[in-house]
Amino acid sequence: MTPRRTVAALAALAVVGLAGFAVVAWKPEIAPVRRPMAGDFAPDEVRRGATLATLGDCAVCHTADNGVIYAGGRPLATPFGTLYATNITPDEATGIGRWSKDAFRRAMRDGVARDGSHLYPALPYDHYTHVTDGDLDALYAYLMTRPAVEARAPENSLIPPLGFRPLLTGWKLLFLETGGIAPDPARSDTWNRGRYLVEGLGHCGSCHTPRNLAGAEIRSKAFAGGVAEGWNAPPLDASSAAARAWTAETLYTYLRTGLSPRQGAAAGPMEPVVHGLSSAPEEDVRAIATYIGSVMGLKASKEPAPVPPPVDRAAEAAREHPEGAALFAGACAGCHGDGAPMVAQGRPPLSHVDAVQAEDPRNAVQAILQGLKPSSGVGPYMPPFRDSLTDGQVAQIAAYVRTRFSEKPAWPELADAVAEAKREGSSP
Amino acid sequence: MTMTLTINGAEHRVEAEPDTPLLYVLRDDLGLNGAKYGCGLGQCGACTVHVDGRPVFSCLTPVAAVQGRRVTTVEGLGSPGNLGPLQQAFEQEQAAQCGYCIAGMIMRAQVLLDRGGSISDADIRNHMQTNLCRCGTHMRILRAVRRAVDATGARTSSLEAKP
Amino acid sequence: MSRSLDTLSRRSFLTAGALVVGFSMVPRAFAQLVGGGEGGAGPKVVAPNLPGSLKSAPILDSWIRIDANGAVTVFTGKVELGQGIKTALIQVAAEELDVPPARVTLVTADTARTPDEGLTAGSHSMQDSGTAILNAAANVRMLLARKAAEGWGVAEDAVATTGDGRLAGPGGRSASYGEIAAALSLHVEAMPDAPRRDPARYRTMGRDLPRVDIPAKLAGGAAYIQDMRLPGMLHARVVRGPSVGSRLEPLAIAEVAAMPGVVTVVQDGSFVAIVAEREWTAVKALRRIQNAKTVRSAPPLPAGGPNPQGVVEALKALPSRDIVIQDGPDRPANAAHTVKARYTRPWLSHGSIGPSCSLALFQDGKLTVWTHSQGTFDVRRVAAQLVGLAEEDVHAIHVEGSGCYGQNGADDVSADAALIAKHVPGRPIRLQWMREQEFGWEPLGPGMVTELEASLGPDKRIAAWRHEVWSNPHNNRPVGAGGVLAGGEVPNPFPVPEGKPIPMPEGDGSRNSVPLYNLPNLHVVYHFLKDMPIRVSALRSLGAHLNVFSIESMFDELARAGGIDPLDLRLAHMADERGRDVIAAVAERFAWRDRPQPDGRRGCGMAFARYKNLGAYCAVAMEVEVERETGRIRVRRAVATVDCGQAASPDGVRNQVEGGIVQSISWTSREAMSFDAERRTGFDWSAYPILRFKDVPDSVAVHVMDRPGQPFLGTAEAAQGPAAAALANAVADATGVRLRDMPLNPERVRAAVGVI
Repeated sequence: MTPRRTVAALAALAVVGLAGFAVVAWKPEIAPVRRPMAGDFAPDEVRRGATLATLGDCAVCHTADNGVIYAGGRPLATPFGTLYATNITPDEATGIGRWSKDAFRRAMRDGVARDGSHLYPALPYDHYTHVTDGDLDALYAYLMTRPAVEARAPENSLIPPLGFRPLLTGWKLLFLETGGIAPDPARSDTWNRGRYLVEGLGHCGSCHTPRNLAGAEIRSKAFAGGVAEGWNAPPLDASSAAARAWTAETLYTYLRTGLSPRQGAAAGPMEPVVHGLSSAPEEDVRAIATYIGSVMGLKASKEPAPVPPPVDRAAEAAREHPEGAALFAGACAGCHGDGAPMVAQGRPPLSHVDAVQAEDPRNAVQAILQGLKPSSGVGPYMPPFRDSLTDGQVAQIAAYVRTRFSEKPAWPELADAVAEAKREGSSP
Repeated sequence: MTMTLTINGAEHRVEAEPDTPLLYVLRDDLGLNGAKYGCGLGQCGACTVHVDGRPVFSCLTPVAAVQGRRVTTVEGLGSPGNLGPLQQAFEQEQAAQCGYCIAGMIMRAQVLLDRGGSISDADIRNHMQTNLCRCGTHMRILRAVRRAVDATGARTSSLEAKP
Repeated sequence: MSRSLDTLSRRSFLTAGALVVGFSMVPRAFAQLVGGGEGGAGPKVVAPNLPGSLKSAPILDSWIRIDANGAVTVFTGKVELGQGIKTALIQVAAEELDVPPARVTLVTADTARTPDEGLTAGSHSMQDSGTAILNAAANVRMLLARKAAEGWGVAEDAVATTGDGRLAGPGGRSASYGEIAAALSLHVEAMPDAPRRDPARYRTMGRDLPRVDIPAKLAGGAAYIQDMRLPGMLHARVVRGPSVGSRLEPLAIAEVAAMPGVVTVVQDGSFVAIVAEREWTAVKALRRIQNAKTVRSAPPLPAGGPNPQGVVEALKALPSRDIVIQDGPDRPANAAHTVKARYTRPWLSHGSIGPSCSLALFQDGKLTVWTHSQGTFDVRRVAAQLVGLAEEDVHAIHVEGSGCYGQNGADDVSADAALIAKHVPGRPIRLQWMREQEFGWEPLGPGMVTELEASLGPDKRIAAWRHEVWSNPHNNRPVGAGGVLAGGEVPNPFPVPEGKPIPMPEGDGSRNSVPLYNLPNLHVVYHFLKDMPIRVSALRSLGAHLNVFSIESMFDELARAGGIDPLDLRLAHMADERGRDVIAAVAERFAWRDRPQPDGRRGCGMAFARYKNLGAYCAVAMEVEVERETGRIRVRRAVATVDCGQAASPDGVRNQVEGGIVQSISWTSREAMSFDAERRTGFDWSAYPILRFKDVPDSVAVHVMDRPGQPFLGTAEAAQGPAAAALANAVADATGVRLRDMPLNPERVRAAVGVI
């Protein structure tokens, strides 16, 4: 987000915040409870909660690098400053050990902590609000039976006055639509299950739906594509040409494995999502694929189209971008070049990677800068080139790659795109 | 083509194709053994050198990309007969078995030392995650980096202690 | 569950094959094979009464020479692999010669200069070469003293060495070794019982001498074969398909040969290699030629892949030769608890960080090969056969490479380089394999299966034990051209030799299949599978990794069934005093009796083995924390004790055992070579991940037992089995769930233990 947009966003937030503040800023504390014991919950409910936590990606945000699961501390860079994920283990002092079931439900539904303070919508309660009581209770049962870890997250560092939480009341008034999702009887159970997961726990729209200046999802543009941590989250709606290449089956495989022969490997913030889904129940992942497929406007019966032949205009690209060609040969060809071992193992060629075909170079540039790092250590990997290449060199490589592996028009203003990507994606 | 490179503070003119990975130029043209070929894929860190003070995989850094930039290799930190502080810490901990990964480990760790500030054991582990060792020398490598960090810290605090 | 063991033992008899090799019947002196029985038969034994490798090379000056300045040169047929053997052998020589270690120069395996001591393998270097050098040095010191005594006209026992390379006699007489040696021939046969220095007065052995090879490794010195640059040297890359049993077609040979900077493309049968002036040119030419279709040229790889069921199916489908290793004697016993379990290990990669490399020069009808193979003399034999030269026209020299951990690509790459050199005479050839070639073509550590059945009697003593192991041969070390890849690619291919087992007590797939514990009704069978659907050979510790994992897991399974502390169960069955000491010491140092009680996540495990029942004793205790949500195992601490006899270099021993523990945790918790019908798919570190820094233990402490003057016992592989079993035992203790299939990776652990 540019500084000007940030200022505008701040102003908007301040106005709506003040308005809302006068009305319903105050939320009561919910009395602390004795920390529940494992025996307070049915084992099956705990197990179901574990699956739901996987589908909701709780661990991705609430676990620090090499930290204890759910103990929090992971920084989340937003246009409004850096937030630190909280400790959601049942530690009484630093976690949610003294939260009652009602307090937990309220946090997930209304974004209000047990003590009555408002939570930032980095916790996607605008989605979790759709989750059923039964599922929230199972999640509660699961989290409350995790080992308590004493760990206090660092203080958030937000642009003033956003550190003042009551302002969030206004945000919620305007943007938070609570309530469950009624099943659509005209649709299959699988589709309905998929919608429930995608709109609720899965919170796919958090990244794939564009946000307004106040950082709220624009409901009228659901799944029209957004930006997350400096990466484009591609549109999942029918407007997207790229979406038409998918089928429910290829979507399923992609969500399960992070690899698609026509789209490439899951990268950036999507990588931990597919890592989580790799161990989720198969029927749930199929349901998600079914629903997303319908959002994309895919026919359920659609057969996967044959993978088109790769585009490779090496000579033309080398003519147009000689420096990019040399840089590519030394930095990229060891994996992406003809005869490279990765190619011999059947990984998709660059012309079959969405980021290379996208209108906007952002993801291609981010991939070059940050690389791809599989959460589990197994799977598609790419080293970061942030330090070895200058911004100009990254731009040259991107230009060369676009010309060589795509028939689409060249990306304009690549140097700016690299600088912006670096700013937005400055991960530690 | 002829290129001018700044390696360990000295200028070198080398004749190489611009796409040649820095690794091969360092080893074959300049006779510097420190950076090693391990994977050629940026996955193991055996080829780690510094470019403008940042750790990079020299196996995937085209030589054309480092013209006019500062390159430092493990030879720039000391020689076998005159080890630098971090190398000495590795020697004191006897932190090598086959040692093929070690030059890369040292270059990786040096960046952490250069960063300064307080460095926890967890910081060292997370920072070293990039580099692979197969002999299982990890514990000694961690101890060596810790030792070097502490030595730096000790120097800082003794300086601070002066009136 | 309780039943008579009579049926058990009767069945055992019925399944027993014809060949009965009673382990205890083999006299110890003849039991130990040079290089652990890997590779060829080794050099001929000409002096069986001498210790260590003096048996085959009894002449003193083949081991030790002293020049007129008193400089000492020591020759060994063993090689430095990063295990620190150079430093340890220098310490041994310096101690028994009684000179400062800085005075000693060590020459490692070189077919023109050093004795042939077979392979540097099987944790045998201290036993073979260390023992030889120790005794040769004692002989030399004795001869020096005798010569000085003669010259001074004094009694031999009136002459003493002073530790600084001098001899001192009565009345202030003094002479340097150099002076005395000048008048002394060391070209004499060693005698068996030359007086040895008193361990209480050791000056060098048992001290932590800094390793001589480390400084160069820290600062970019020329430390490795990969660092060799000879005048006029050319760079080569060999052309092969993605993995063993595949080839590429069509090969764009003419196009690549015409690339600027390419000197030639060598073709010899289906052997193809690119030779170029510059390394990067060779790499680019290789990529060009690799841009081709893969054709499977061998039967498909096993259909079940690397998962446990796949390993079992692949191995049990092979014809087996059943070797009975131990068959009772049986005596009646009652079983209160019987546990049957199957344990598996997938195929593992050596995963050396540096891909294999070799240099070769063919000039004036003679071939020189620089190699980091563990068998320098075998490299000569192989190269001679492959290129058609007499052995004496081939000179093989060992130069250190990246760690090998068994038979990786080192032998193959040396043969490749030799063959290329033959085609490009007059210029040195440097060949290094690419990363994916190392993963794709090196012999893997074999997949293995064991099935154990053991019973605990009502007296809480083990009443019966049956151990069956299915394995391919672990010893396919090349002793001729048929054993290397190039040998099968030349126009008249050399036949691949048939796999053979290593006889017990060293064993290969059977290594450590006989528990050191005193167990009644003990039956051990090795189902030897000579047909290898996947190219395999030696990986550090051979079968001991899975056999010890199985035995020591079973001990804990029985302990759990009988409600016995695993430490007590072990001590109750260990009669070997040194074994008891090592186990008791680890328990004490770990504070086993005060260990944290398992709480579903945290738990402790221990394991023990004496490597091959002949080498070092090693016990490992571990405390782990299992993150049930992710299946991640964090090793909070590992404590090990090791008895390797007299430790020449205690820190060298600690380094090896620490490394062995960490490497074994990686094997046991992470690794499996994946493959489909056509190829190995573990082609890089993202498809064959190994342990990284975040997952190594919080701490590893190794204690070396003090055994002054005791014979050397091989150590380098001693930790692999115990560390693996201690890990599984700790996970079982923590979670109550027994995992028997390697790897215990997060996915499997998570699925097995669940979140509650």
